[in-house]
Amino acid sequence: MSTATEQHDTHGDEHAEHGLTDLGYIKIAIFLAVITAVEVVFSYTQEQLGAAFLPGLLILMAVKFFMVLLYFMHLKFDSKLFSLMFYIGMTLAVGCYAVFLATLHFFQS
Amino acid sequence: MADTAVHADDHVDHGAHHTSTGLSNNKLAMWMFLGSECLLFGGLISTYMLYRGRHSANLGPDQVWDIPFTSASSFVLLMSSLTMVLAVSSANRDDDRNTKLWLSVTALLGALFVAGQVYEFTTFYREGLGFTTSLFSSSFFTLTGFHGVHVSVGIIMLMSLVGMISKNKVVGDKKEVVELFGLYWHFVDVVWILIFTLVYLIPA
Repeated sequence: MSTATEQHDTHGDEHAEHGLTDLGYIKIAIFLAVITAVEVVFSYTQEQLGAAFLPGLLILMAVKFFMVLLYFMHLKFDSKLFSLMFYIGMTLAVGCYAVFLATLHFFQS
Repeated sequence: MADTAVHADDHVDHGAHHTSTGLSNNKLAMWMFLGSECLLFGGLISTYMLYRGRHSANLGPDQVWDIPFTSASSFVLLMSSLTMVLAVSSANRDDDRNTKLWLSVTALLGALFVAGQVYEFTTFYREGLGFTTSLFSSSFFTLTGFHGVHVSVGIIMLMSLVGMISKNKVVGDKKEVVELFGLYWHFVDVVWILIFTLVYLIPA
């Protein structure tokens, strides 16, 4: 996604916002909608895709997840401390529940 | 000592908040809250993944899911994220009229999503899939129900915010309040992105 639409407030006031223009947000929403459509197509062509089905679907999901997080939630433009607060919780959750599922032999099935 | 204090103040960025981090404490707290919510939904998603195969032969995910309907619901929630970010953008321009408009549209799209979820739950129940039918159904209804409650709380928050902006009763920085509501709403959307793929699109 082009960052040419990024707008930088040069007034330096207290509410300076670094983000995209409205058109930039609309472009991202269209991109997300297209990815969702591709995901649905994936689910109907599972047999043709074979081994690529699951990794492909998970990659598309991750792309959507981080697009919303970075652009709509402004993490790309905000302080790294906000990112840290969220990623700590997310990493704890992923790590904790991956171990939980592994302990119960989920990945072997 | 006094000199030191003055010099320390000089280092504070003029565009920053007057906090020890130079950042808004409210926004930091919201991000910490959202980080903790990852643990809640992580637990619910993991439990569903573990139990999704524990059902009777004719009432499993592959028999009850209606992918086209759920895809339409997902699209509605995704578009509500767009309208929410447009509300935040309008608030940053001090455009109260468009802020209220986009917040209302976001709430409306959220309500449409919840209505879809109620319809889906009702359909499943009529097909014989109740909360206690199987471990699959219990974990599914708990996960999607918790998400639905989050969306419903978000709708109430959005409508309250519209009312508060109309009556000029927003306490504190209006732009920041709208942004904080936006963060909560986008998080609810992000969680649905995970649920849609992991629960609905990946077959059991």
